[in-house]
Amino acid sequence: MSYTSPTAEPPVLRLSGITKRFGALTANDAISFELNKGEVVALLGENGAGKTTLMNILFGHYVADEGSIEAFGQTLPPGDPKAALAAGIGMVHQHFTLADNMTVLENIALGTESLWRPRLDRASARTRIAKLAADFGLAVNPDARVGALSVGERQRVEILKALYRDARVLILDEPTAVLTPAETEALFRTLKMLVANGLSIIFISHKLGEVMAVSDRVLVLRSGRLAGERATARTTRQELAALMVGQEVKQPAVAPVTRGEALFVMNDVSTSARGAGAALDQVSLTLFAGEIVGLAGVSGNGQAALAGLIAGAERPVSGEMLIAGRAVANWSTRAALDHGIARIPEDRHAVGTIGDMSVTENVISERYRSARFSRHGFLDWKAARNFAEGLIRDYDVKCPSPEARIRLLSGGNMQKLILGRALDPDPAIVLANQPARGLDVGAVAYVHGKLLEARARGAAVLLISEDLDEIMALSDRILVISKGRLSAPSARGERTIGEIGELMAGHLERAA
Amino acid sequence: MRLEPKPAPSLAATLAYPVAAIAATLVVASLLVLAAGASPFSVFYLVAKGAAGSQFALLETLTRATPLIFTGLAVAVAFRARLWNIGAEAQLYIGAVVTVVLGTGALPLPSGLLIPIIIVAAMAAGALLLAGPAVLKTRFGVDEVVTTLLLNFIVLLFVSMLLEGPLKDPMGLGWPQSSKVIAEAQLPRIIQGKRLHYGFVLALVAAFAMWVVMKKTVLGYEMRAVGHNPEAARFAGIPVNRVLMKTALLSGGLAALAGFSEVAGLKGNLTLDLSPGFGYSGIVVAMLAMLNPLGVVASAIFVAGIFVGADAMSRAAGVPSYIADVMVATALLSMVTAILFSRYRVRWR
Repeated sequence: MSYTSPTAEPPVLRLSGITKRFGALTANDAISFELNKGEVVALLGENGAGKTTLMNILFGHYVADEGSIEAFGQTLPPGDPKAALAAGIGMVHQHFTLADNMTVLENIALGTESLWRPRLDRASARTRIAKLAADFGLAVNPDARVGALSVGERQRVEILKALYRDARVLILDEPTAVLTPAETEALFRTLKMLVANGLSIIFISHKLGEVMAVSDRVLVLRSGRLAGERATARTTRQELAALMVGQEVKQPAVAPVTRGEALFVMNDVSTSARGAGAALDQVSLTLFAGEIVGLAGVSGNGQAALAGLIAGAERPVSGEMLIAGRAVANWSTRAALDHGIARIPEDRHAVGTIGDMSVTENVISERYRSARFSRHGFLDWKAARNFAEGLIRDYDVKCPSPEARIRLLSGGNMQKLILGRALDPDPAIVLANQPARGLDVGAVAYVHGKLLEARARGAAVLLISEDLDEIMALSDRILVISKGRLSAPSARGERTIGEIGELMAGHLERAA
Repeated sequence: MRLEPKPAPSLAATLAYPVAAIAATLVVASLLVLAAGASPFSVFYLVAKGAAGSQFALLETLTRATPLIFTGLAVAVAFRARLWNIGAEAQLYIGAVVTVVLGTGALPLPSGLLIPIIIVAAMAAGALLLAGPAVLKTRFGVDEVVTTLLLNFIVLLFVSMLLEGPLKDPMGLGWPQSSKVIAEAQLPRIIQGKRLHYGFVLALVAAFAMWVVMKKTVLGYEMRAVGHNPEAARFAGIPVNRVLMKTALLSGGLAALAGFSEVAGLKGNLTLDLSPGFGYSGIVVAMLAMLNPLGVVASAIFVAGIFVGADAMSRAAGVPSYIADVMVATALLSMVTAILFSRYRVRWR
């Protein structure tokens, strides 16, 4: 390992004129850039801007239609991930590629040893990992099973894995999506140490704050093209946002609304533990008409249980739930719908829609039994189609026809249909679980606008999100969930991002 | 290599998939025919002639298609809701048992009353037989592929026991067979003196009814939703387990009709060789039809034609009629592959 500072050395990576087309879509259009030794370059862009395609080409998963890649002065053969690895390019994917049932040590060494060697040389692997961990602040127990690690620790394992293979260029794909603010801070410290030791980093993100905090240089991608390149020190968030979207971005205007009566009340509700996330532990929560309540928290701290409970997919094991003042019995998804709860699920592909069914069939899925869409057990397809066409028009959904399978729509258009389906009967209570995740800026603004509309109309909105900026911008009250328990609520502007981050990390007792 | 979903195919493309699957089947069968030392062209010609070359051949094919339409519908309906009913064979035999129990003189009623009663009773028995595995699946997560498949053997042994015991024909010279059903319980022949019976008409009615159910009704919508994405269906408030139960009852009832129709329309009594695997062939029929109830009629006639034609061919060309089993099995495999390609496009990078 060489310990030199960035100088006028030749670039470690040079991409020249990379173009990749998928049918009619040009995912990357003549993109050229250089990565120098010891710098962090942020690749900023909305979803669908072409960031991931570009990195897949760099890493050899795709073959570019045009253009070439040089690493350390050598041209990389196209479409050869092994060559990319050998050239010292390491990638930390957004979704980790670790084997849960193996130890940290085994995961890191996996694939680096010859298949013909019967046993791993644990001793030398252990020393190397310990040295890497100590050098770069990546503390993790090498004998722990990966399945037992926290998300932040798993990410450290992924980084160690790349370093173990002598990566000189590290690509991080949306690395902070799953981290608490404190873990993000730690990651950034590690990145600083890595560049100080001569590594080069490509940091893929769509979060402006992080890009400003960690990078030396920013490349902005917009619909497949390089929209701009800025030195981080000489640019502003506003400028980057404008480059990203191609226009000025406006914060949603939140008009004051007087809060009305309590529409949804939970008293000391607990749920049974199921799946990976935490269960609710004696949670009390009241949603009032005409307000948006934001629920912040690190993924897996009980958001899924709370969302499932309100959506009707889960039942409380203790405590009571009151809707419009009356205790609910026989709680189910159907009951939730009958009580006027609009649900926007977290996973629009697996839960929100039925991919192989048409747009029409999907938009009636929550109310096909109502007199509007069926009579005597027969469906009124004409009414259903009219409803679908109405939603497509009102919500500006781009889709070939109401008969198209919904799977073929983009995430934003799918989400608009889910919104339309949920908000059509003017629901009293709206449960929005990560409603803007994975959407481009335009669609995000649209979704936020719809939630604010529902609030202005007098609905009680619960917004669950891992994006603190979103929570801070929209919520009248903010709650933090940690290990299945809720913090005391804070009014708009009462707590700083830092304070909320501390609550997210589990310091609830300080809140009271 | 990975699979990407692609837009819904046009009607012409949809029809092209079964055709392509059949073409692939013929190619594979040709190789076997060549290995058997005969000319594929003359063998296929003889199969086609044996299946549809004369009035007799055609009627025989339709007769053979009748139980396949019922079992094909049973499978198509169940598979649509992703309830893997591999037990149509068992449900068929239960339907036949009920037909014999009620139709051999226990109920001295006129035809117009007796036949509907038997139909309802047979369907109920088949429905109940599949209800068991469905309850195990919805309540305890027991894999219905295993339970329905194993029930086939249990029911066949049960029928064997009945035919050696309570249902044994006292005039049967010791053969394991039941008495003949009375005249009032028999389905009349469509053409006097030929084997094709009104069970075929009943099958066509059932196919049309199932098409209406799947396309137009709330239940059909629920079944498709549950089949495509049970999690999303549950989230949308569709009572997934109840839909699966209804599907099981419908599917089991349809398969039982095959047993009723074979006994009341064709054989007259129950023997252990009532079905040469109609329940299993129903899976092929349903897959070739891409689970479309109207398509089931066409694919049942096609599959029946291969079996009937292969019998005639083997007498004329000396190629074993087992070629029919190979062709039907190959047709299933190539159809499953074709369905994959109809919904996904293969990307090599």
